[in-house]
Amino acid sequence: MDKFKKFAGLVVLGACFATSSASAAGGASPLADPSKIDLDNIASLQRGARNYMNYCSGCHSAEYVRFSTIGKMLELSEEQLVDNLMFNAEKTFETINAAMPSEAAARWFGQPPPDLSLMARAKGADHIYNFLRGFYVDPDSPTGVDNVVLAGTSMPHVLWELQGFQEAKFESHENEDGSVTTEFKGFETLSAGTMDAEAYDDFVRDTTNFLAFIAEPIRQDRRKLGVWVLIFLLFFLVLATQLKKEIWKDVK
Amino acid sequence: MARIESEVGKPQGGLMKWIDDRFPFTKTMEHHVTKYYASKNFNWWYIFGVLAFVVLAIQLITGIFLTMNYKPSATDAFASVEYIMRDVEWGWLIRYMHSTGASFFFVVVYLHMFRAMLYGSYKKPRELIWIIGMLIFLVLMAEAFAGYLLPWGQMSYWGAQVIISLFGAIPVIGDGLVEFIKGDYSISDITLNRFFALHVIVLPLALIGLVFVHIVALHEVGSNNPDGIEIKENKGPDGVPLDGIAFHPYHTSKDLVGIIVFLMIFSAVVFFAPEMGGYFLEHANFEKANVTATPEHIAPVWYFTPYYAILRAVPDKFWGFVLFAISVILPLFLPWLDRSRVRSIRYRGWMYKSALTMFVITFFMLLWLGLQPAEGLYVVLARIFSVLYFAFFLLMPYYTSRDKTKPLPDRVVYHG
Repeated sequence: MDKFKKFAGLVVLGACFATSSASAAGGASPLADPSKIDLDNIASLQRGARNYMNYCSGCHSAEYVRFSTIGKMLELSEEQLVDNLMFNAEKTFETINAAMPSEAAARWFGQPPPDLSLMARAKGADHIYNFLRGFYVDPDSPTGVDNVVLAGTSMPHVLWELQGFQEAKFESHENEDGSVTTEFKGFETLSAGTMDAEAYDDFVRDTTNFLAFIAEPIRQDRRKLGVWVLIFLLFFLVLATQLKKEIWKDVK
Repeated sequence: MARIESEVGKPQGGLMKWIDDRFPFTKTMEHHVTKYYASKNFNWWYIFGVLAFVVLAIQLITGIFLTMNYKPSATDAFASVEYIMRDVEWGWLIRYMHSTGASFFFVVVYLHMFRAMLYGSYKKPRELIWIIGMLIFLVLMAEAFAGYLLPWGQMSYWGAQVIISLFGAIPVIGDGLVEFIKGDYSISDITLNRFFALHVIVLPLALIGLVFVHIVALHEVGSNNPDGIEIKENKGPDGVPLDGIAFHPYHTSKDLVGIIVFLMIFSAVVFFAPEMGGYFLEHANFEKANVTATPEHIAPVWYFTPYYAILRAVPDKFWGFVLFAISVILPLFLPWLDRSRVRSIRYRGWMYKSALTMFVITFFMLLWLGLQPAEGLYVVLARIFSVLYFAFFLLMPYYTSRDKTKPLPDRVVYHG
């Protein structure tokens, strides 16, 4: 049994290593604050849904996400869904479609705004959280802004009314080999929005939380179920071990 | 069970006899289960064969349910997987079991193969079991590769692109071969359809057939054991090996414990970390395949990376492919590369022990290096460990024949 324990330990250790050392896709970003989202916070998710439908869904679809799923998981009645979230949908089984036609969007922005159903799983919640906080004024950009998280983004600063506009401070220094490294040194507010920094971060956090939720709606459920599965297996293991001992007692 | 009353004209011996007269049911059960004697001193390294069987069953069953909702089409595949994840009842569980099962298949099979290397299970008279096992491994690689294209995500597409293009390095026929595999000039709906056919019919059939032959061959010569001595050389008056115990109920009851522990680890991943930090389900694969946008960093799934690292370590494309192919095939020759008089590591000398330790380190290093970008120090390390990988096999005839071995015991070591 001892060797077996050692082996099981190794496997678990390997598993921990695999999960801890891996990070979401994408290179190092100059703005990398933890999003601190909480998928169990239904109120936050409801606010996120409201934010998404009001600010994102004009351009971004979430084509795999049904309103009925949002209603069921976020404890919203059909009435609440229809009144507050379903601006361009008739039935709750419909998925979230962008108001803007994709072809027109591609013409206006150079590329169609990506579907956001799985964005949180593809890029990670932190990426979205920082992206939405990373817009800064850049007069050379066609949209008037650029983003420290995703340089050259074709997305305009949709949330400017809330956040206001900010300037990014960069510092360049020459390396020994002659190349120039530009470092991001923080933001400076140019014009205030309707929200202060803290309120804006909360707003973005709720929105990010919602995006993480729609990327895998069953996430919290599977974790709850997983606990019961493991408890069952543990119980089964005790029985199986006793059975093995009983059968093997005459093996010498 | 004796029958008290038997009427004339009624079959004697009941249903079992009726069947046994027509099909060797009892005979087969005895030969493979109730009177198949394997050594009593198996340790937990001997669990991985049965676990590979369990994973195969998981993959087959979940696979059947996935095909009920999956659509093998370049336009619909990605959406159908999300449909399974979101709208199909328990679809997420089926899908996560299948995707986790793919990685666990390799974990289990690699450990199963390592067991054979620890205890010399491939040595005479079990060479054919080993060869069939290696064929299973090759088919499994093809099966996993074909399956990985099916979700039609970014990494499915670009990973397949990279791997299929490797065949283009073969002189003369290379380009034609690449086109033959793809069925098109680029990876397309046609490629997806044929990979689906391979993944759900051709390769699983081959896998099941080979597993069957693997087990028949094993039960013909009998299982090896951690001491690497033949238990058939010490038989009791009844013809049963003295150190052998019946597969059922002894080994089955022990295997059940191992299977449950395995299922606990498996469930922990399925329910709490199905992406396994991006190693089992890669982040980029949550984006639909996009022919015009290459992902930042393309790496095959972890179970292919040891060989992929060897491929990239070679500066020349053709020779990279050759060494890559050889590195996969090379273990097939272990029965003839290993010249040791003993099977088990317990009775081998320091040379094989150090070589095997080095090999384990090498394998893990190559696995890790294959996941890193091919630049700078990584390339240098990949070259060093590639040389070590080949050295383990090619120098084996030398160091195993010279290694000092310990005397073998007459009976297996068992402490109860």
